[in-house]
Amino acid sequence: MTQDSDDVAILRRHFLKRTAKAVLCAAAASGVGIWFHDISGPQPFMNRRNGARFPGFSIPGVERKMSIVRGNDASSRTDLLLLALKILGGMEAFIKKGDRVLLKVNAAFASPPVLSATTHPELVYEVSRLCFKAGAASVIVADNPINDPKSCFLLTGIAEAARRAGAGISIPERDSFKPVTVPGAGLIRRWPVLWKPMKGITKLVGMAPVKDHHRSGASMTMKNWYGLLGGRRSLLHQDIHCAIKELAMMVTPTLIILDGMTTMMTNGPTGGSLSDLKKTNTMVVGTDQVAVDAFGASLLNKKPVQLPFIEMAAAAGAGTLDYRSLNPVEVRTG
Amino acid sequence: MRISTARRISQAFFLVIFLWFCVVSSLGEKWWQLRGWPVNWIIQLDPLTGLGTLLSTRALYGGLLWGLSTVVLTVFLGRFFCGWICPLGSLQHAAGFLGQRKRSAAERQHLNRYRKAQVVKYWVLIFFLTMAAADVMVLIIDLPQKESGIFWAAAAIGLVVMALLALRRVVSTPFQKIALFTATIVLWAGLSHIVQSDSLFVASLQTGLLDPISLGYRSITVFLLPFLDAVFFDFSGAERLYEGSWSVGVMFFSMLFLCFYYPRFYCRFLCPLGAMFGILSRHAIWRVGRHGASCRQCRNCESWCEGACEPAASIRISECVLCMNCMECRDGLIGYRIFPSQNGEILLPDITRRQLVVSILSGILSVPMIRLNGSLTSNWKPDCIRPPGALFEKAFLLRCIKCGQCMRICPTNVIQPALVHAGIEKLWTPVLNFRIGTSGCQLNCIACGNLCPTAAIRPISLDEKLGRNVFSEKGPVRIGLAFVDRGRCLPWAMDRPCIVCQENCPVSPKAIFTRETFVLPRDHGTLKIETAHLDALELPEDLEEPDRFSSGDYYCRIQGQPEFPARPILKVTGKIMTLSPMVKWEKMPAKGSRIYIQIRLQQPFVDPTRCTGCGICEHECPVKGQRAIRVTADNESRHADHVVVL
Repeated sequence: MTQDSDDVAILRRHFLKRTAKAVLCAAAASGVGIWFHDISGPQPFMNRRNGARFPGFSIPGVERKMSIVRGNDASSRTDLLLLALKILGGMEAFIKKGDRVLLKVNAAFASPPVLSATTHPELVYEVSRLCFKAGAASVIVADNPINDPKSCFLLTGIAEAARRAGAGISIPERDSFKPVTVPGAGLIRRWPVLWKPMKGITKLVGMAPVKDHHRSGASMTMKNWYGLLGGRRSLLHQDIHCAIKELAMMVTPTLIILDGMTTMMTNGPTGGSLSDLKKTNTMVVGTDQVAVDAFGASLLNKKPVQLPFIEMAAAAGAGTLDYRSLNPVEVRTG
Repeated sequence: MRISTARRISQAFFLVIFLWFCVVSSLGEKWWQLRGWPVNWIIQLDPLTGLGTLLSTRALYGGLLWGLSTVVLTVFLGRFFCGWICPLGSLQHAAGFLGQRKRSAAERQHLNRYRKAQVVKYWVLIFFLTMAAADVMVLIIDLPQKESGIFWAAAAIGLVVMALLALRRVVSTPFQKIALFTATIVLWAGLSHIVQSDSLFVASLQTGLLDPISLGYRSITVFLLPFLDAVFFDFSGAERLYEGSWSVGVMFFSMLFLCFYYPRFYCRFLCPLGAMFGILSRHAIWRVGRHGASCRQCRNCESWCEGACEPAASIRISECVLCMNCMECRDGLIGYRIFPSQNGEILLPDITRRQLVVSILSGILSVPMIRLNGSLTSNWKPDCIRPPGALFEKAFLLRCIKCGQCMRICPTNVIQPALVHAGIEKLWTPVLNFRIGTSGCQLNCIACGNLCPTAAIRPISLDEKLGRNVFSEKGPVRIGLAFVDRGRCLPWAMDRPCIVCQENCPVSPKAIFTRETFVLPRDHGTLKIETAHLDALELPEDLEEPDRFSSGDYYCRIQGQPEFPARPILKVTGKIMTLSPMVKWEKMPAKGSRIYIQIRLQQPFVDPTRCTGCGICEHECPVKGQRAIRVTADNESRHADHVVVL
């Protein structure tokens, strides 16, 4: 009898324990289910946030500066650059001690320097050296190439030139971009823009060769900023002139250098043959990208009116169409 | 009434309504077609779908809350769903009965012994759940980086507590426990630095492959009904076709045929839902067991045991499906009571820690492994056109249970199961094939998303689909873009007028427009005129192919007079070519002048700013082999980076 009632007592205790556990499980499951219950489901994505704003790098008070140096076939790129800068007060007029400088080059294609499709490594070396001489704390060379980035920096000779001068190279990676919105723009809205190398930068120098471009007519200093874009940038070709205009609205550089030593006259932007090139032996340095490009058009035997993006950029306030109104200093050297 | 009779009635009821829900999900006027039935109810009752989506999306969508009632009842009652409700269980039960009928009791008892392989379904469950929870796991692994303050504070407090417990000698082997705790913290923090949490979406919901309810719906919808329709009954009117239907049929029949040899094969060895219920039954209040006088071990209770749970031995509660067949006990010893079986009971499945670890690791690693082929990034499949309202691909694969409901309800039969070439992750998920069916994706139809039980295809409104009112800035939902294949198109390549595509383009203004061109027909040069009347020309000889040139698509021009308009040819009979009086020539050509005939072709172009990828053009194109206008998933709204138009 006692054993039976003991058994029953044990069974009852086990039953109560089990019941308690069961109720706890059921309650926990119900709690989780009700907490996470979502009656409406996923909603359509309406992105209302604006992208970041691209910072400006122009120096207040140092504006409307432009110098044009013309040499001959025997002139060296370095000499013409030094002269063009000297006219404007030297690199010291733009780069101060402690500055962190970004050199935005054209490294779009894995093309050797002789084909003139990319920024010449001599220019990269010289500008880096001059920045350091002016007291820059660091110099970074950056671009978002079209071809494989590492191949581009290598084959263009830009990586080697930077290394020799002590400058760093920034190779774009998946997480190097951030959505940017240009105020007043219709295309560059929440568009991925190269952001990682921009960190801590105080001065921005754009360096571009003079090239024909089959779609836009020419690729010079304004088109050079295309290399800051990420994402589906090839889509912008559907409205290329407006895109270049908005690039000029987005970027206000400290200084731009237009390398017209060898101009790609045909088959731009890749070219591919020496017969596409012509020695024009000109170096242009300035602070106004519209004015510099307006002059650069002449090296391609084109008029600014033939390049719609120039007038559009001027109308948008990105610079001056009539470069002569800047009183550029033109020098011819032997 | 015996309890097994009640069970049979319940099984029959749920099987019938399950089949009814499958049949009724179709558009039409017949009595057995769509009339507001809750056709997703059985899916919603399935808690594996609920749990899977809860882990993958951190939300329990809409009607999936029903799964909670199943869970709660299972916690109290045991695996009642398997024995009383699951339609696939009922089908297997019936097939098993047919197969076992002629066998002796001893043979049947042998087949119903517990097999170690019954643990495989638990591996399957853990594998799928881990795969679904992988994103959550990455979030947890990343905790030291994301919430480092909270993490290190908690770690410090934990260490202090453990040190105190050690000092007070409250726990055994305190130093080992502290070492373990420290090692875990260090490992966790280390992992958080290595694992890239920005590449989230390492999770995928693949429960639909083996979940019996998804399998059941898919088998009936994609295979059985169209099969019966095509071969026997013809109740759909138009044929319903499904790519890869054979693969679903093979799986379905294998499952049933196996039951002829081995009762409830799938339930016992493969079913992840059964495994889930098995784990939930641990604390069941009522359970099957032997009570009363001692058992003779005649094993009669096991002769029709469905779950292979061995009631004559220590009954395995996690395997018992509450079929109640064991109550045939000649001594009436078996009952469903609150007391545990006097033969003993085993509560949990036989899974070892090693098996657990392997299942979990496989679940976490498999998805990133599969996705290394770039199928969700640059190597995405352009022929994977998803229904309108589908979420972007990574999110879609977190929700789709491959139930085939969208394929069933689609009135035009364009929603098809994807096959292995699309990737193993996308097997049997819905993709559109416009060559099949009656029409392409209808402009004013939003059926698929409004039926999808997990919102893998969102329930969009008509306004959203068409880009009206509040959605007019966003524009209509685009599922792809049509491309004219000029090498195959009749007016582009074959000198034959057509433009069926343009006519059928449903949007307004149309996304297909035409440009007119006139070409000289093959093998035809200039013709000399005998006499010219105001509205007719007489030629020296009978004209070849008179019917052809009378078709209304041919025009006549005067050689050497390009400023004279092309005049439509109304009719050619014998030597007379009648011209339209609506277009005049200022001066009729003299005798001996030459004229030539041109065919007028309207050549189609696609306007990508208007095309929604509905595929009606592709469906209607008369070049029925490889169509001369084809839609690919380019420009689809659900992926911002697949856009084609700036």
